[in-house]
Amino acid sequence: MSQATIDADARPDPLGVGAEHPDYLRADSGLRSWLLTKDHKRIALMYYVSVVLFLGLGGIFALVLRTELLTPEQTFIDANTYNQMFTLHGVTMVWLFLIPSIPTIFGNFVLPIMLGAKDLAFPRINLASYYVFLLSAIILLGAMLAGGADTGWTFYVPYSTTSPTAVTWMGIGIFVNGISSIMTAVNFIVSTHTLRAKGLNWHRMPLFVWALYGTSIIILFATPVLGMSLILVALDHSFGLGLFDPRYGGDPVLYQHLFWFYSHPAVYIMVLPTFGVISEIVCSFSHNPPASYRAIAYSSLGIAFVGFFTWGHHMFVAGLSEFDAGVFGALSMFVAIFSAIKVFTWVATLRGGSISFATPMLYFLWFLFLFVFGGMTGVAVATQSLDVHWHDTYFVVAHFHFIMVGGTLTGFLAAAHYWFPKMFGRLYDERVGLLTSVAVFIGFVFTFLPQFLLGNAGMPRRYFTYPERYQWLNVLSTGGAWLLGVGLLLALLNLIVALKWGKRAGPNPWGSRSFEWITASPPSKHNFEETPDIARSAYEYSLSEEVAHERAKAR
Amino acid sequence: MSAQRLAEQFETLEKQDHAARLGMWMFLGSETLLFGALFAAYAYYRGIYPEEFVQALHHNSVALGTTNTVVLITSSFTVALAVHFVREGKSRLAAGLLAVSTLFGAVFLVVKGIEYTHHIHENALPAGAYSFLDQPPGGVVMGYTLYWFMTGLHGLHVIAGMIMLAAVGVLCWKGRYGAHRNVAVENVGLYWHLVDVVWIFLWPLFYLTD
Ligand code: HEM
Ligand SMILES: [Cu+2]
Repeated sequence: MSQATIDADARPDPLGVGAEHPDYLRADSGLRSWLLTKDHKRIALMYYVSVVLFLGLGGIFALVLRTELLTPEQTFIDANTYNQMFTLHGVTMVWLFLIPSIPTIFGNFVLPIMLGAKDLAFPRINLASYYVFLLSAIILLGAMLAGGADTGWTFYVPYSTTSPTAVTWMGIGIFVNGISSIMTAVNFIVSTHTLRAKGLNWHRMPLFVWALYGTSIIILFATPVLGMSLILVALDHSFGLGLFDPRYGGDPVLYQHLFWFYSHPAVYIMVLPTFGVISEIVCSFSHNPPASYRAIAYSSLGIAFVGFFTWGHHMFVAGLSEFDAGVFGALSMFVAIFSAIKVFTWVATLRGGSISFATPMLYFLWFLFLFVFGGMTGVAVATQSLDVHWHDTYFVVAHFHFIMVGGTLTGFLAAAHYWFPKMFGRLYDERVGLLTSVAVFIGFVFTFLPQFLLGNAGMPRRYFTYPERYQWLNVLSTGGAWLLGVGLLLALLNLIVALKWGKRAGPNPWGSRSFEWITASPPSKHNFEETPDIARSAYEYSLSEEVAHERAKAR
Repeated sequence: MSAQRLAEQFETLEKQDHAARLGMWMFLGSETLLFGALFAAYAYYRGIYPEEFVQALHHNSVALGTTNTVVLITSSFTVALAVHFVREGKSRLAAGLLAVSTLFGAVFLVVKGIEYTHHIHENALPAGAYSFLDQPPGGVVMGYTLYWFMTGLHGLHVIAGMIMLAAVGVLCWKGRYGAHRNVAVENVGLYWHLVDVVWIFLWPLFYLTD
């Protein structure tokens, strides 16, 4: 591996955290210095720009869908366009936003700093993963021009292998996307093992690192299975090979097993990073150590493990035996226990803390509500008898949006505000932050709460028209979606404005003890001049900031 | 280009080497799961069609399959020797052994090619393309489909492995790797062992079960 290297004996050795050096944004200039950078912080920003763009695109697709559903009959697009839109919406959101967003942007940016390292273990692979990600996005969105796909994000056979649309390209795009994810996951795991600063043992690490570690493990084991399954679908689709085709003895249900073996764990790929963000925020803003560090850290691993044994709950109506259904239902509820452990620990952390209320904290509250509500509906749908009633209705749509979008989107926004000063050295406007956060939440609840009612009343998913009696709830939902869109846009504007006009932040505006805050804001190109020597955990709020700083500094 | 290159994020060369090894292991774990999906499919369909699978697999030549097993195991051995010698600083010898291993890879592909040619003559092709004169039951066809997918994917890995072996072998010959710098050699070695191990699972599944 050949990186920009320095001789082992001739390190430059000014002490300190690099405040006297130009920050990473100014250290080099020119387009080339960005596009070919191996600095994890710059790569994080490139991901940031791309992922926000895809979120916007996925959002536009969503608004098209919701607007179509404003009226019972056709509103402005035909059935075929509608099918293409919901497929694209799902694919864009899942693979270009929910899965990559927090790890590639905030994970990339803060993980090495939290470890006290100058970069990730494999900077070149990190850069390559970005371009592979971009390539996957080009293939996926390019497939839209090559005829799109109308299968939904799950690509269920036999429809997907016979649909005349560009399913093959979608399959290839998702496979490529998976390669990028795996590269990042390997990088995170290896960095956590080999780059921890002196004194930083596993139980001193920030909880965000634990969360990313758990996520990476799931990615490593689940993603190849999905990649393979979609390649098989692509081959079936282009060459009629028929591995899942009953005419040749194939079984479409096997595809569902393979797909959900990935896609159930994938929901934890999306939501575990949020858990990490939330843990950081709860501690930082209540100025309290976590009520149980180990409970939070190990429950991530517990979720990562059990998450692999629950996929069957997506197939209750696909002909599972009663026994299998019971087992899968029970195992699914087991995951809920680990999540509940986390929730209780966060809430307990607040007790006795001195809480400062800022935008990230508000997002924490929204997260808590949406996640607990969505999780409980999860337990409900994991009960076979109930699921038979709700399956393939809007109830399921509401469930997974509450938990995936409610979970990941609030986590993403919380992280975007929380680490904003670290990344850019400035503060966003707090009042606007709080206001847009409220708008996002109200928009969200108005969008998806009515969908539980719609689903329970029997409105199926993936239709572009519906009977008259469902209309008023659909109008509410569409109104909510527009409000959510506006809220998100304003939140983005608030941050963009702050980039240029925000107040200077100082290295540690929130008074946090986590290690990324011991560097300058924004950090210098190499994070630290001298690798820190850590003599405390990431949450020692009993120490004053000066003492805490002393105990995490190069000596 | 000195032999000692320490990237700035690492404190010591040992840690840097450790990271490279660990990264390779993670990657191999992921690769295994890629095959895992296909092994799962095999188990699933074999459970449904036990007799038909045996019927289909009787078409395969045990002799050719076993020859290939021997070829791969031998190549794994020569790769292991290469790793041993590069650690001792005998880079030229290691390069030679890597070249031999690459050749074994080629032999494997030739034998596989002969088998594939037979199948094509017999029209024993994956499902949609399958055209025995009298179409056998679905399970038999599925056995063939899986045979093609799984050995085909394995074949691609053999090719990738050969490219890596050759590239590292050339660098070894040029003295780029030696006693103090050999993680790259170890890592291609590991990769090649994976290729070998996967085959050792495929061999009983497609040649030996009755
Ligand atoms: C981490 C949080 C979770 C996320 C992100 C999540 C996400 C999802 C998604 C995406 C779907 C719909 C898939 C589709 O058909 O398009 C879904 C369905 C389902 N979820 Fe969850 N889920 C989570 C937690 C849970 C929990 C804790 C349970 C059970 C205890 C659960 C049980 C179910 C069931 C049974 C279905 C299938 C419903 C049906 O298709 O009829 N989920 N979930
Ligand atoms: Cu699930």
